[in-house]
Amino acid sequence: MAGYFTNILSGTKSLLVGLSITQKEFFKKPVTLQYPWESLEMTPRYRGHIQLIKDPETGSHKCISCGMCQRGCPSNCITIHSEKQEGVKGKVLVKYELDFTKCSLCGQCIENCKPSAIEFSKEYNLASTRKEDFHYDLLKRLKEQK
Amino acid sequence: MDLGINVIEMLLYLVAIIGFAAINAAYLVWVERKGAGHIQRRTGPKEVGPYGLLQPLADGAKLMSKQLIIPAGVDKPLFMVAPLLAMVPAVMIFVTIPFSENLVARDINIGLLVIFAFASVNVLSLLMGGWASRNKYAVISAARAVSQNVAYEIPLLVMTITIVLVSGSLNLREIVFSQAGAFWHWNWLPTNGNFLGPITFIMFFICYLAETNRAPFDLGEAESELIAGFHTEYGSMGFGLFFMGEYANIVIGSALIVILFLGGWYSPFPEVVPFLGSAGVWWFLLKMYLLIWLVVLIRWTFPRVTLWSLLNLSWKILIPFSLFNLLASAGLVKFLG
Ligand code: SF4
Ligand code: SF4
Repeated sequence: MAGYFTNILSGTKSLLVGLSITQKEFFKKPVTLQYPWESLEMTPRYRGHIQLIKDPETGSHKCISCGMCQRGCPSNCITIHSEKQEGVKGKVLVKYELDFTKCSLCGQCIENCKPSAIEFSKEYNLASTRKEDFHYDLLKRLKEQK
Repeated sequence: MDLGINVIEMLLYLVAIIGFAAINAAYLVWVERKGAGHIQRRTGPKEVGPYGLLQPLADGAKLMSKQLIIPAGVDKPLFMVAPLLAMVPAVMIFVTIPFSENLVARDINIGLLVIFAFASVNVLSLLMGGWASRNKYAVISAARAVSQNVAYEIPLLVMTITIVLVSGSLNLREIVFSQAGAFWHWNWLPTNGNFLGPITFIMFFICYLAETNRAPFDLGEAESELIAGFHTEYGSMGFGLFFMGEYANIVIGSALIVILFLGGWYSPFPEVVPFLGSAGVWWFLLKMYLLIWLVVLIRWTFPRVTLWSLLNLSWKILIPFSLFNLLASAGLVKFLG
């Protein structure tokens, strides 16, 4: 019989504790993100599709068109188009084709690049109904960013 | 008596009451969703209008514009009548509720009885809706709702009798008059002379939660087990009426508790305090909405009870306590009052 009453009392107390917790939570700031209007800064090691790094000194990329990234890519996503130009030593990059539909974000291309000309971007808002939308020209992309 | 004026007065009351019930039902849904959101650290509705304030109107427009589907094999008349039975008694009850000394549509001297008479129709609508739906989940839900309502109507009524004994009237205004004064004169505190007041108050509150099928006692529409319970088959305004009826019942229950235990329209401060001390409809509404907030908070705090623990709570704790409470209060009234 004593258990009966202590049961009721301790039960009532725990119910009140529960109520006070939810009431306190009510006054705290919401932690959810209103996605299309707000979005998080991506973490430093997030892997989006690769992009050419902009060199702050020249304002351009550092790619020497050696083709190591293209050769190292296990999925054959990369096609480098380059040409000889008057008065410029070596080959000049004219188009950096990336087929992101096949990319596994392995990072092999970045490892292979001697002059560190490419990196992972922070791009994550990618959606489309056509696969052609994921065929990028990274050189054009870099120029558009300027 | 001038019949014309009487009819106009009646119509005005009717419009005001239906408007009050509808606005309360609509905006309680908003309060509930917003409250649930913030309790769970979300924002709740925020797109339609500032702070999502127009959300209830959007919901209403959506519900009204939907097709009213009547599934094959349902018991059509019952199916159609059930949602009306959920809403109409709720509106009827508002007629008797005194919001302040003079603000009452019909001052009936057995007002309390009228409230319980109409309130008991609610369970009939759940039963009819569930039964007529020809859906096994709805039938299970209806059976649960009935057993729950039977179990909780008993202690609820016994506790009401206790209050009637203490205040000596069935008239809601008289009951409030008997608590005239600051908060220590009200029925919920032992200082009113009846030292069982707090127990009666708490038990009445629990029974009222169960009677309105609110969480944690919402076994009738336990979504995770019964889809939506008795209103599984209802869409459009059929569902809308059930929903509004449920919220109207919450308002009524809170108003009833304010009348029976919390001194109705009286101010909690003594008359000498300027402004705050004066009694009026604002005190009634303030107390009522605080209670409603408590009900919302409870819903988003406690998990749903199981059916057997629900019935255990009633038959093993509430009914014995309420009977003892009735006897003790009767003794107190007899020998002290
Ligand atoms: S990350 Fe891997 S798969 Fe993607 S382009 Fe680079 S090497 Fe190819
Ligand atoms: S490995 Fe680097 S430098 Fe060579 S082509 Fe690829 S991006 Fe250009």
